[in-house]
Amino acid sequence: MSIDVSARAAEHSAGLDEPLAILDPSGARHANAVLDGQLSDVDETALTDLYVDMALARRVDQEAFALTRQGELVLWPPSLGQEAAQVGSGRALRETDFVFGSYREHALAVLRGVTFRELLAVWQGTTQSGWDPQAYRMATPQIIIGAQTLHATGYAMGLRMDGADDVAIAYLGDGAMSEGDVNEAMVFASTFRVPAVFFCQNNHYAISEPVRLQSASPLAARATGFGIPALRVDGNDVLAVLAATRIALQRARRGGGPTFIEAVTYRIGPHTTTDDPTRYRDDEEVAQWRGKDPIDRLERHLAQNGARVDQIREEAQVRCDQAARDLRTAVTTGEMPRAETIFDHVYTTPTVRISEQRAQHLAFEASIEGES
Amino acid sequence: MTETLPLGKAIGRALGDALAEDEKVVLLGEDIGKLGGVFRVTDGLQQQFGEARVIDSPLAESAIVGTAIGMAYRGYRPIVEIQFDGFMFPAFDQIVTQLARLHYRTAGRVRMPVTVRIPYGGHIGSVEHHAESPESYFAHTPGLRVVTCSSPQEAYSTMRAAIASDDPVIVFEPKAKYWGKGDVDTSVVRDLDTATVLTRGRDVTVACYGPTVQTALDAAVAASDEGIELEVIDLRSISPVDIDTVVDSVRRTGRLVVAHEAPAEASVSSEVVANVVERAFDALNAPPERVTGYDTPYPPSALEGHYLPSLDRILDAVDHVLGRRSSRSELALTGGAR
Ligand SMILES: Cc1ncc(C[n+]2csc(CCOP(=O)(O)OP(=O)(O)O)c2C)c(N)n1
Repeated sequence: MSIDVSARAAEHSAGLDEPLAILDPSGARHANAVLDGQLSDVDETALTDLYVDMALARRVDQEAFALTRQGELVLWPPSLGQEAAQVGSGRALRETDFVFGSYREHALAVLRGVTFRELLAVWQGTTQSGWDPQAYRMATPQIIIGAQTLHATGYAMGLRMDGADDVAIAYLGDGAMSEGDVNEAMVFASTFRVPAVFFCQNNHYAISEPVRLQSASPLAARATGFGIPALRVDGNDVLAVLAATRIALQRARRGGGPTFIEAVTYRIGPHTTTDDPTRYRDDEEVAQWRGKDPIDRLERHLAQNGARVDQIREEAQVRCDQAARDLRTAVTTGEMPRAETIFDHVYTTPTVRISEQRAQHLAFEASIEGES
Repeated sequence: MTETLPLGKAIGRALGDALAEDEKVVLLGEDIGKLGGVFRVTDGLQQQFGEARVIDSPLAESAIVGTAIGMAYRGYRPIVEIQFDGFMFPAFDQIVTQLARLHYRTAGRVRMPVTVRIPYGGHIGSVEHHAESPESYFAHTPGLRVVTCSSPQEAYSTMRAAIASDDPVIVFEPKAKYWGKGDVDTSVVRDLDTATVLTRGRDVTVACYGPTVQTALDAAVAASDEGIELEVIDLRSISPVDIDTVVDSVRRTGRLVVAHEAPAEASVSSEVVANVVERAFDALNAPPERVTGYDTPYPPSALEGHYLPSLDRILDAVDHVLGRRSSRSELALTGGAR
């Protein structure tokens, strides 16, 4: 598919009325003029890989959720239901693209090779940044809503200045669309025509607040107002997400500027392990979305294509069980940082003030120990 | 009129009473309606007063404060909730460049009776940006009143006073204390200018506020076992800080310890110590001591127990101002600071 970068941005928008989709919940595949051209290389092996990736993402999420209930983690924002959005987009990236996520992009982190120990340390409360962002080309979790969209835009400005053909991708939620940072990021990205992708997972809620409270129009339609072309896709359809992200990445690499993707999906679980979603949404709505499950959908599609689903499921199961064991080991063998690490890295060179406080704290700890 | 309530519920009660008494009072914030706030402080208020007066806002803190300013122009008395301490910074611009200055800028023609509620402080074992103490940024800004509370009674009467104020008030709610119960008499009123003396004592003045007050009271009990009397002062008002009460106390005790969770540099304790030194230098028998969060970002929650002012750290500072053995004197002996 070729993209005319000189054409008006809005002409590249698609799906604003009805999200673009390839697979329906029954697993049947439908033709899609915008997306199909991106999927010619996706054979049964590729489909199987996507399936295993999603199964793995789900299992990691479930185990971490359980570990939080068992008191091993202080908090966990579950990603159940959003596997296709994360795996589909994550698999479209190349290694040198840079990911700026929020706090729910666990699948992205796993795909990038972040180890379980690194992934979970933040949620164990032992560190603020479990991994090296430069090593994995993925920033560590961002709690401040929307802040990462500016970082992605700035990174992309840097890419442009360097003449590189990598891309920065920012993940954000539907609620984040209301923040000033996100709107300012879109202004910059559009003005400077940077190689960035804004990937919005519209999971329908910002804690208790439904998406209609954030926006009277489809979220993707907002981007066009900034002059950013938008693609709105079925976020539970891994193929649609993969294809849309590929379009956005190609456009960015060719100098076509930013693209906004809205993946329409649903957060099946609570916002975090401290949330009680029964206060603000009904079971019926949740059940309806369970029927659109991204993993079941791909499984049905594989079956309809005559793939040996039993074998694929078994393969995924083996990988997931191993991951679950590894994850538990990572948590239980995670190290408790020493108290004085509080004072490390505040500055590249410690100030006198911080050195003094460090010494003071050590002396205090020693005096307490002497007493007991 | 007196009822036993957890601190968070006492604030909810104050909000409900204000909504009931004055139709110009409105609430605005993220998740405050249907969910009742992430801490359930506003629980039930939307059912009671409707969606027009208890407003779930879009996820945009600058807009929450900025629109509250507009409502105040129109004669409303908005009470806004910023969900957590770490999330007030997107609203910071509207608070310091607009809310704080409008009365001054318009030579008194415009009043800004806006209350900004911020659950703050540590010890809830959460992730980044959920445990901070940003009160100094506001105390440094003229035009704002900055207050906090340490008990359900104080919480109720502080919130009522804040809502009644025609000046903007930033209320720092000690979130770790939301569940601690106490008696609340809804007829008790307070001003927004004064500190309270919680325990009388002849040896050392301990000035503190918010979540640190209980720690200081515990320290007073522990110290009394050794025959040392602490005079614990709950500052309550962070800006303006009630220096008179602290100075009076220091004139009696001759010794001062100031404790809070925020880092020490350019903080409320800096202000208190500077004022006491200016006004009561002659009365001091020892240099004042500070027990605060360190001058580092708030650490990961696994380490917050080391970072926050603990009972032992307060007692250690008390020992030091009394010239008794403390880790600080030993440090001075070994010259170990650097
Ligand atoms: C600036 C800021 N304000 C408020 C919060 C509190 N908060 C955490 S997550 C959240 C909802 C975010 O919703 P959305 O952007 O849709 O992402 P989702 O959690 O659904 O993935 C809120 C309000 C925050 N983290 N940062």
